[in-house]
Amino acid sequence: MRHLLSIADLSATQAIQILDTAEELSRVSDGPMKKLPTLRGRTIVNLFAEDSTRTRISFEAAAKRLSADVINFSAKGSSVSKGESLKDTAQTLQAMGADAVIIRHSASGAAQRLADSQWMTGSVINAGDGTHEHPSQALLDAFTIRKNLARGGNDLTGIRVAIVGDIIHSRVARSNVLLLTKLGAHVTLVAPPTLLPAGIESWPVTVAYDFDSVIADVDVVMMLRIQLERMSEMFFPNVREYSHYFGLNRDRLKMMKPNAIVMHPGPMNRGLEITADSADSARSVILQQVTNGVTVRMAILYLLLAGSQESGAQL
Amino acid sequence: MSLALPAPDMDRAITRISHEILERNSGSESITLLGIPTRGAHLAARIASKIEAIEGKAVQSGTLDITLHRDDLRMRPPRALMPTTIPALGVENRNVILVDDVLFSGRTIRAALDALGEIGRPAAVQLAVLIDRGHRQLPIRADYVGKNLPTSLSQIIKVQFTELDGVDEVTLEEGNA
Repeated sequence: MRHLLSIADLSATQAIQILDTAEELSRVSDGPMKKLPTLRGRTIVNLFAEDSTRTRISFEAAAKRLSADVINFSAKGSSVSKGESLKDTAQTLQAMGADAVIIRHSASGAAQRLADSQWMTGSVINAGDGTHEHPSQALLDAFTIRKNLARGGNDLTGIRVAIVGDIIHSRVARSNVLLLTKLGAHVTLVAPPTLLPAGIESWPVTVAYDFDSVIADVDVVMMLRIQLERMSEMFFPNVREYSHYFGLNRDRLKMMKPNAIVMHPGPMNRGLEITADSADSARSVILQQVTNGVTVRMAILYLLLAGSQESGAQL
Repeated sequence: MSLALPAPDMDRAITRISHEILERNSGSESITLLGIPTRGAHLAARIASKIEAIEGKAVQSGTLDITLHRDDLRMRPPRALMPTTIPALGVENRNVILVDDVLFSGRTIRAALDALGEIGRPAAVQLAVLIDRGHRQLPIRADYVGKNLPTSLSQIIKVQFTELDGVDEVTLEEGNA
């Protein structure tokens, strides 16, 4: 495993290896000493050309718990805002000796471009590229689902997941659909037709337009953020109507199965796709997702960086 | 391939180690056994059940994965992590006995000492191994040894446990180096 660019590149076995590694690492994080010497002397660059709170901090925490040196680099306040190209940025990082670059970029395929180029030799980890993929988020979601609901096995066989909301702009949804179905879960996408991407019929999912017809049958309700910053046209008449039909509220919470859980990749628009009481309810594992995010990212960094690059298993 | 330790001798060695542990620590009250996965963990479980049979009471026993503390991580592809299970009383102020199947360079034990330090501060740390094959690269020695087996660097020692391998035995193979 050299890069982590997309869930599409991962096999189910590799995904389970990441989840199992995270499982062992979570026991370390629960212990009194949270720091491990494993990546001492490695330099990891957080290259964030798009805003992020939890992903950047989560990767930073993960890298620091493994004793790597972390350099944070955000587009604002860097030469990127002066018009420096991705190539020049990458070559600069290479010249500084980065062992891995964690990249978030508004252009789909930016991470792939970086990995395929000869601009740098280190590992590339995709932390979200445009509306394409966000693999580490999907892995932490799968990890959270497995921890809460897995029936003995190490995959997600038989678990039913509803992903609700802004599918069209969501790289989280794309990565999750690929990963959860790969691991044996059944995924239903719930959204107004305007928020579903073209070609949805070819995805390995069921599509529903009526949230109430789905909610009682699923084990996981994953709410997506309405990405107002990516919406240049009207996707629904108004916010109140959207909340009414596709928001998670107290009444819908009551319709859920007894052990079903509520997830949200964050950041939340409270009152839009999820009401405050749903987000803070006993069913909500939203903060668990954040905690698990650090361990899953530690597992990714461990598997990518701890071994030798030459003999590294292709992941 | 030669048989270095057949099943009955292996069992006798484990029995003797168990008695020595009890003698040195004046019983099983103060001790915590930590086996290093994979085969050290099985050996620790064997020793624990022997001690329990001798003393007639439960002994603190668990496993300690040392992968994240290895100094040779960069030389090989990434390794799978194994479970670490620390028994209820922890390691703080306990006589911790690290258990591994083969003592060779000593690097595994160095990593284990680091891993142990992350968890707490034992009163003392002792080391029990089934086979000591020599060729130490670090100043580390075992307190309890099943069998000292002088080897050449090219030879391969294979420790097998019924639970994993269907048979209890230790064999010595000629390597191709």
